[in-house]
Amino acid sequence: MQEQLDEIQAVLKTVDDPELPSVSVFDLGMVHDVKVIGGSVFITMTPTFAGCPALDFIQRDVKKAVEELEWVTDCEVQFSFQQKWSTDAITDEGKHQLKKHGVAPPPEDFQPGQKWTVNCPYCESNYTSMDNVFGPTACRSILYCQACKNPFEAMKPVVDYMS
Amino acid sequence: MERGEEKVITSAEQAKQDPTYLQALKELLYQLADDDFLVSFRGSEWLGLAPHIEEDVAFSSITQNTMGHALLFYQLLEELGEGKVDVLAHDRKPSERKNAIYLEKKNGEGHYTEEPYYDWALTVVRNYFYETFKKIKLEAITKSSYQPLANVAGKVLMEQPYHLAHWKLWFEQLYNSTDDARARLQTRIAEAWEEFGDVLELGPYATEMAHFELMISEVELRDRWLEEIELMLGTLPSRTLGKKYGSGREGEHTSDLDQAIEIFQDVYVSDEGAVW
Ligand SMILES: [Zn+2]
Repeated sequence: MQEQLDEIQAVLKTVDDPELPSVSVFDLGMVHDVKVIGGSVFITMTPTFAGCPALDFIQRDVKKAVEELEWVTDCEVQFSFQQKWSTDAITDEGKHQLKKHGVAPPPEDFQPGQKWTVNCPYCESNYTSMDNVFGPTACRSILYCQACKNPFEAMKPVVDYMS
Repeated sequence: MERGEEKVITSAEQAKQDPTYLQALKELLYQLADDDFLVSFRGSEWLGLAPHIEEDVAFSSITQNTMGHALLFYQLLEELGEGKVDVLAHDRKPSERKNAIYLEKKNGEGHYTEEPYYDWALTVVRNYFYETFKKIKLEAITKSSYQPLANVAGKVLMEQPYHLAHWKLWFEQLYNSTDDARARLQTRIAEAWEEFGDVLELGPYATEMAHFELMISEVELRDRWLEEIELMLGTLPSRTLGKKYGSGREGEHTSDLDQAIEIFQDVYVSDEGAVW
């Protein structure tokens, strides 16, 4: 059983979010629950932002990848819209991969309503300014590094409002 | 389900046990879904037309995100047996829609594909007023007796503060810039004051919503909103908030909604079965 779950986890680390290539859905913290019954696998995932257009692709890619495991007969992938995804769910590996691709990971211990800043993913300078809170997708912002003069993107901090 | 028992309803099946509860819940969900849907539809008409490129990017992100929120509320309705999400969003008659009338109002004169004379001041006032209201309504709903809805409200509130902050910034900057900018905003504020009334209404089941602790009362909702807006404006317009064209919560609407429905139905029919 544990072995099967480990195999599934390994597979989930290979499926990327199409909007953040090279960062897996596992490392983004989108996998909420995995159940195995015989050869059937049931995966519950948590969407990042509502209205994220990539969800259907993710669903398809996860299903396809898991079904390639020899012992799996079928895999059902569901999104639970009642689960709250937060940027705190991103793993260290996820943060590392984001940075490598010029996207600054969200700031840690962010409090709702606070102003936030992140360090430049290229040169680590904290001399950065916000160009546009909304980047190409709702989950990202566009910033500018005053030190190395590079524009870069950052994932917006999204944390549970009620906690 | 008497008030004060703090009864929590955890599933659609459980909500269906009490017809009055179910009806009040559905009314509330239609308001939330239809409001977000219409606001994001009017937002989507600005695509490519916003004052500058950064705003175009930001506004379309907000619009897409808000459309996602509408989808979450339609999904809760689907679970309650109201039909498929796509049909609920695109294929209901105007008289069945529960969005507030002010939110269906056209962006200005002209037509998207021909000569759009859209008014940015209207967009700034409308979105700032609406997002302020949405935050207050959702905060109240996080304590709703219907757990699936309370959960969704909590999720939406993790994203929505960015929208409110965006429009608040536009509002503040224009309000404190040139005389012309301020005058344009003031004209739209005066107009909103005649029309915004039904946004703050909860419709024919308002009493039941409060009774079942689905939502706070209309009076409370309205007071909290006025308080927030007063902080921004300094003083509120002296006249009382009106609802010039009636109440969308009662299914009353204007020809602007017909125009909107015509457009998104066209898109829907030509692309039926497509995913959002
Ligand atoms: Zn740098």
